Amino acid sequence: MSEVDRDPAPRADGPRDGVTAGAGGGPRGAGDPPAAGGDGLSVDLGLRLGALELEVAIDAAPGEVVAVLGPNGAGKTTLLRAIAGLLPIERGRIAIGGRVVEDAAAGVRVTPQQRSVGVVFQQHLLFGHLSALENVAFGLRARGVPRREARGRARDWLGRVGLGGEVQTKPGALSGGQAQRVALARALATDPALLLLDEPLAALDVDTRRAVRQQLRRHLDDFAGPVLLITHEPLEAINLADRLVILEQGHVVQDAPPAVVARRPRSAWAARLVGLNHYRGRADGHELTLASGATLAVADAADRPGDVLVAIHPRAVALFPSQPEGTPRNTWRATIDALDIHDDQVRVHLDGPIPIVAQITASALAELALTEGSTLWVAVKATEIEHWPV
Amino acid sequence: MTDLAPPRATSTSSGVAPPRTAIVLGVVGFALLVLPLVSLTLRTPWTRVGELITDPVVLQALRLSLVSSLAALVVSVVLGVPLALVFARYDFPGKPFVRALAVLPMVLPPVVGGVGLLAAFGRRGLVGQPLAEATGITLPFTSAAVVIAATFVAMPFLIVTVEAGLRMVDPRLEDAAATLGADRWTILRRVVLPALWPSLAAGMALCWARALGEFGATITFAGNLPGRTQTMPLAVYLELERNPEAAYLISFLLLAVSVAVLVALRDRFLRTT
Repeated sequence: MSEVDRDPAPRADGPRDGVTAGAGGGPRGAGDPPAAGGDGLSVDLGLRLGALELEVAIDAAPGEVVAVLGPNGAGKTTLLRAIAGLLPIERGRIAIGGRVVEDAAAGVRVTPQQRSVGVVFQQHLLFGHLSALENVAFGLRARGVPRREARGRARDWLGRVGLGGEVQTKPGALSGGQAQRVALARALATDPALLLLDEPLAALDVDTRRAVRQQLRRHLDDFAGPVLLITHEPLEAINLADRLVILEQGHVVQDAPPAVVARRPRSAWAARLVGLNHYRGRADGHELTLASGATLAVADAADRPGDVLVAIHPRAVALFPSQPEGTPRNTWRATIDALDIHDDQVRVHLDGPIPIVAQITASALAELALTEGSTLWVAVKATEIEHWPV
Repeated sequence: MTDLAPPRATSTSSGVAPPRTAIVLGVVGFALLVLPLVSLTLRTPWTRVGELITDPVVLQALRLSLVSSLAALVVSVVLGVPLALVFARYDFPGKPFVRALAVLPMVLPPVVGGVGLLAAFGRRGLVGQPLAEATGITLPFTSAAVVIAATFVAMPFLIVTVEAGLRMVDPRLEDAAATLGADRWTILRRVVLPALWPSLAAGMALCWARALGEFGATITFAGNLPGRTQTMPLAVYLELERNPEAAYLISFLLLAVSVAVLVALRDRFLRTT
């Protein structure tokens, strides 16, 4: 845990800065202290796989949904495979529900079969020659449950995921969303101590994804054990998880509730994910000096001088055709590098002493008559600049 | 046989039509391949089938071929599928070399295989001599030798087909099964083999067809004893002198089997796109 900075979990304070986080359904275990070595999941491992060097410590309390977010190649799936026992670890320890399933130093290694881990894979990975019912019953049968009972319980589970009518359907005849729901039922049917989800919605189209996500949320709420959700979709993570773990290049760079990640992302990748302008710099009183040498005035003074991370929401970036008079204390000249237009919102990428993205409305775009290459003034209020020690 | 129609005069959807010379040469090549089969069909004494097929030599050869080729198929499945599994799922030093040795009989002249089998299992063979001394069992010139010879030449076809099939089975399915609590044996039985079935069936068909047609290794290692080691191909060779009509009939039967196997495997070998 030493290399991981864990931001304090905010309890009652909701999302700020207009960033939506975890809307609907309050966080379940987020307020509880993480059960290190308790009933939940406790992972502290190291392994190498090709160019990837994975060094990760993650805890998840029973009932808590932890999303592991990271760019491609960050080691998310490798982490999942290691926890499931499909990949041996070289260092550290994995405990599930208070039981140590792997301990590199002690030479303990429980097989995947004996770990009581339910896994939902990205491409559902249903058994193509078996019906939906037999797929869901597979884990129970493999664990020695008599055929009749296994089928009965599998039927229940298919009903619970809303596929009671597809009992005899083969996976090839199911839609992507249905197949993923069967995969969820298959993973849950064995009553696992831990649920692992590897990009469960990634292979689905947008509409299906919304429907399956809602259902997934319900099932995750009902699930008593810890859940680890691997994803590269920030909204999916924010919507489904109580806590986000940002994984980059095999290392945890942030482990915090969604609202904290959305407001104070710890890495450029995470900042881009939540749509913030992100900088590194040094704070001294009311002045920030960015790595580029540019300076910004901030409203709340740093407690003591030191390195900080800085975030500015694109909506807080105002654009003017000429140098603005009065209040804003941070103004500079900039050139428009690119314009991204989404519906009625426009993101203006600006080149200047401080590269920044501004978000304006389509009408503002028309009023200012902005085009790529045109020059204008940027203003950011001192109160709109978020900064915190590294 | 409509599937094997001669090349059409028009070019296919993509590419440029081949030059005229190529078409002519292609037609000649096709004639070379098909003429013997057509002639054989025409020369088969259809009016005397009933009488010829009850000829003891023909009947014995038929029965022996059927039994020995099916026995070779069973041995090939029992030993070849595990070997294919090892090749597809394990990496070990020298694997390419070992694999090449295992499939070498596919390109080896069968008579060389027969000589090799004699050297191994013959009365004075590497294994044959100790075996004979210990148990009194000698293999050459027995029906068992026929099965061994057929297995030697045919099993590699099963191995390569099944191995290719195994490589197409997503190993993550096995991971999924493992996390669901299935042990290795259950995974093999309930996940891998069902997914593998089309390849296994194709491999079995190829293997059986090759075993049925085996000649060179059989005559070298097992000899040509009517009723004991004289299979259909051997009978054809012998009868061609003594009773050519019987030879034609047996040959036609073997041709029919080959066509049946090809039709059964049409998705694999006759797909044109």
